[in-house]
Amino acid sequence: MHLNDTKGYKLFRYFNIFVMIMIVVITFVPFINIIAQSFSSERFITAGEVFLIPKGFNVETYKAVLSNDRFWIHYRNTIIYTAVGVAISMFLTTMLAYVLSKPKTRIKGKGFFVGYAVFTMFFAGGIIPTYIVYNNTLNITNTMWSVVFPLALSIYNMLIMKAFFENLPTALEEAAAIDGMSSYGIFMKIVLPLSKPILATMTLFYAVAYWNSWFQAFMFLNDWTLFPVTLFLRNLISGATATGEAAAAEAGSTQIASNVRSVSMFLTVLPIILVYPFVQKYFVSGVMLGSVKE
Amino acid sequence: MDIDSQVPGGETGRIANNPETGIVSKQGAMTTSEYEEKLRQTRVSKWESVRKSLKKDWQLYTFLILPIIYLFVFQYLPMIGNAIAFRRFVPGGSMLGEEFVGLRYFEMYMNDRTFWRVFTNTLAIGGLTLLFNFPIPIIFALLLNEVKNVKFKRFVQTASYLPYFISMVIIAGMIMEMLSANGIVNQMITWFGGDPTIFLQRAEWFRTIYVGSEIWQKTGWGAILYLAALTNIDPNLYEAAAIDGAGRLKQTWHVTIPGIMPTIITLLILNIGSFMNVGFEKVFLLYNPLTYETGDVISTYLYRIGLGSANFSYATAIGLTQAVIGFILVMGANLLSRKVTNRSLW
Repeated sequence: MHLNDTKGYKLFRYFNIFVMIMIVVITFVPFINIIAQSFSSERFITAGEVFLIPKGFNVETYKAVLSNDRFWIHYRNTIIYTAVGVAISMFLTTMLAYVLSKPKTRIKGKGFFVGYAVFTMFFAGGIIPTYIVYNNTLNITNTMWSVVFPLALSIYNMLIMKAFFENLPTALEEAAAIDGMSSYGIFMKIVLPLSKPILATMTLFYAVAYWNSWFQAFMFLNDWTLFPVTLFLRNLISGATATGEAAAAEAGSTQIASNVRSVSMFLTVLPIILVYPFVQKYFVSGVMLGSVKE
Repeated sequence: MDIDSQVPGGETGRIANNPETGIVSKQGAMTTSEYEEKLRQTRVSKWESVRKSLKKDWQLYTFLILPIIYLFVFQYLPMIGNAIAFRRFVPGGSMLGEEFVGLRYFEMYMNDRTFWRVFTNTLAIGGLTLLFNFPIPIIFALLLNEVKNVKFKRFVQTASYLPYFISMVIIAGMIMEMLSANGIVNQMITWFGGDPTIFLQRAEWFRTIYVGSEIWQKTGWGAILYLAALTNIDPNLYEAAAIDGAGRLKQTWHVTIPGIMPTIITLLILNIGSFMNVGFEKVFLLYNPLTYETGDVISTYLYRIGLGSANFSYATAIGLTQAVIGFILVMGANLLSRKVTNRSLW
């Protein structure tokens, strides 16, 4: 094939490799800039001299942020919300996906249940009624539950999982049923062990969603001790927060410096970047699985 | 669908399409009383089969209980709560409001000049996003597909969807750092001899920043499905085209593009459907009163008047309108696609 490539096509391929390299560079530059700022002195950042390499290299800002108790309270909150949220999400998603993966001859009213779930993807209650339900009807604002429950069941994830269950061979389940195993037993002892790849994918999907979420906390929480680190960060970058000022004061500045913001951003994004190279293939296979169904 | 297959008399009264005469005829015609008797029996037997299924598989049905309750409480209750768009809501009162006021809140926003401004902004930002963010992942996938070195290809792909997994707060933070007076963008402008601009305080820049960062964040991820579709194209098609004398460009046009067309259509439907759902989080994090003129969208406006100024009913009326328009757009795009291309999401 390569032998009869035209001159124009060869030229195109060099150009194409250049374009791809540029895309990678553009993708990474903002991250590298933040990392460079986080190790730089504020003086050089303000002067606009920090680009991709730290200037006035120091780790003082890291020390200041890491020794700030408030930062750790927020970080701990994020870890708790992510852990609890993922547990609830996996429970709800797996159960619903499993039932809906069964043929309609076995689950009466399957069409209705699928419609009941899928409708929520295309029509939502809106911010204000949601707030009223959380605040007046359920009375769970200013608790951890108001941060966890909004993300607890993603119908998109459920459909991906449903597609996975539908593709599982049914022979084992049928054999177990003939042997008199209950549906609970079949689900726990046969289906779940066969589904490790999709369970891993979904756990990661949900974990990233909980780790990154901030708006639910912004809307429903008043007590700063409950804030996740993303909300702390949001208040830091919008420049109006007692927490941010405390961090800034420890960094030896009266206003929140760029390097404090950069350090906080880097520490928040770090877990995602660290696990990303190992988990990205799961994300991709998960999305593919969902699309195969169409 | 479940219901279709269990239409009364479904077996005997099936409509047959005679391909030779083109005449649609009903086979096994019944008298009305026979039909009603059949209908009754079907209902009884359907109920009977539900009872049997419940008895045999009750454990399986228990799996449904919690998800159904969850969806009802956290999705359907807020939908019902939209009733306050038509009823006056008193803070601390019933979630369904106190008294019926008809379309008062809807008339209110029709006469609200700010509403029309945010409506226009929503259309503009949504339209620009669709215009750039829909085709760019396709182009990226096509270019990446031409990269022959598998390792390099995988590296570019992996790198390109990293931004998709980053919290919007971090994205907004990075945008602010880069566009600040001493950020890297202004460093480059100064280096080329220009004057620094505080981009985030200039209304004329807001949409560019929004769409630009959207491209940066979502191009790689948006290309995944296209790349999958590209690997599924039969290589024999390319060989056949080459034998017929088609060059690279022609092969792309006649083999590659048709090969990924189903994916393009599906994603286009989804994109049109979510056209009005301009990313609330990003606008909310990046805008400020100086950029309201071009950046304020329906969702951010209703958030301010609803939770900021406690005009719950008014904000709900606006939100409900937006949700209904969004729903109609998805349904419309889906219907259109089914009519025109025979492909649809459902």
